[in-house]
Amino acid sequence: MTRSPRRVVVTGLGATTPLGGDVASTWEGMLAGRSGVVRLETDWIDTVPVHIAAPLAVEPPLGRVEARKLDRTQQMALVTAREAWADAGSPEVDPLRLAVSVGSGIGGVLTLLSQYDVLKAQGARKVTPHVVPMLMPNGPAATVGLELGAKGGVRAPVSACASGTEAIALAYELIRSGRADVVVTGGTEAAIAPLPIAGFAQMQALSRRNDSPTTASRPFDKARDGFVLGEGAGMLVLEAEEFARARGARIYAYLSGAGISSDAYHVAAPEPTGAGAARAVVEALECEGLSPSDIVHVNAHATSTPVGDIAESKALHLALGPAVANAAVTATKSMTGHLLGAAGAVEAVATVLALRDRIVPATRNLDALDDEIELDVVAMENRAIGSGAALSNSFGFGGHDACLAFTTS
Amino acid sequence: MSQTDVLAGLAEILEEVAGVDPAAVTPEKTFIDDLDVDSLSMVEVVVAAEEKFGVKIPDDDVKTLKTVGDAVSYIQRAGVAA
Repeated sequence: MTRSPRRVVVTGLGATTPLGGDVASTWEGMLAGRSGVVRLETDWIDTVPVHIAAPLAVEPPLGRVEARKLDRTQQMALVTAREAWADAGSPEVDPLRLAVSVGSGIGGVLTLLSQYDVLKAQGARKVTPHVVPMLMPNGPAATVGLELGAKGGVRAPVSACASGTEAIALAYELIRSGRADVVVTGGTEAAIAPLPIAGFAQMQALSRRNDSPTTASRPFDKARDGFVLGEGAGMLVLEAEEFARARGARIYAYLSGAGISSDAYHVAAPEPTGAGAARAVVEALECEGLSPSDIVHVNAHATSTPVGDIAESKALHLALGPAVANAAVTATKSMTGHLLGAAGAVEAVATVLALRDRIVPATRNLDALDDEIELDVVAMENRAIGSGAALSNSFGFGGHDACLAFTTS
Repeated sequence: MSQTDVLAGLAEILEEVAGVDPAAVTPEKTFIDDLDVDSLSMVEVVVAAEEKFGVKIPDDDVKTLKTVGDAVSYIQRAGVAA
């Protein structure tokens, strides 16, 4: 006898981003088309060629003692997990049936760098004993697991800029297969520091529009010249549908599919035909039998790099065929910058809210669509959409491709 | 250094490192069970105490410091020896 897999619902959301310190202000910022990109005012800025980034709008509201043992990625994971958990109505769940899946692209790199400075300047005795738990890439997931007393497994997928989406995909499988009833899942990243900026700049991945921060992130635009590094976190509470209904939870949307694939092409460059990314999209559709014509909206990965945005356009054509024309595509990174391992989680939150409010926020800075982008990209004005399914894509260095499919029913 | 001075200095460190209410820092209190200072934070307390009181507290000796009173006596003795 086979049991059909359980369905998965979204019951809680949390976010802290360059647009706002919570979900409401972030979503309001996206609908208003605001930019979170600023010129950095720090003492090290002249050591790197890129002077712009998208830092958090609101510092994580934590007590001093709580904050000092947590890397910034962990602080952001904690505040967004608290927001999402409260938003879900603080579900009463057997701890053994509660899991966590929170990814990060780079982990506690700010701690690693600052404590290495301490080691060099002051010696080993002055290195904080919290350094390892603070810098380990599973640290944010562990922080959330400890906060909520989750005993059903704490997982921390790491796949660069696909980490947040991969974490949510894993959470989907945990619930669908019956291994957990509730999963708190998302991504977090805090890497605005000279070394990551220098590294991304050496890869020619970052926009050099130092004199015009708010127009620097311009996905799909002809004049795009790279991404803008951002920081933040996004978090979702996912539940088995029957569990959520039994407790009378408010349901935002269904997570109705998740796909993960890999390019096996190059460590940083996307496979140019989009075939790898397309496989992730198709897999997400096939989980629960969605068809391309169901897709009314795509929150694209679209980081604003010259090659990546084109590869994604091709991937969507491969995966959706002619039905791609029905999808209102947006690139919220035009407003938030690129949150690396948190990007997919924040964009999942935005995708869920787009379905709830039936509106797609316009892509900022899209003055002239690149000729090679054959997508219906929402620009200038937000667009109303009907009910249906929406995709959120994320791709990461290493050739990681991940896609989530959300539906209204 | 007097017992009162060392106790006050330790209370300051415990507040900074672990958020312990200075009024709760009395000689009979254990670090782990009474003041909720975990083993990692205890390392921070020790390093801060070494700096504040100009003493050395080797890792092996840290294990013997169960209560605030243990630490106060140790620091007083170490201070005299130095």
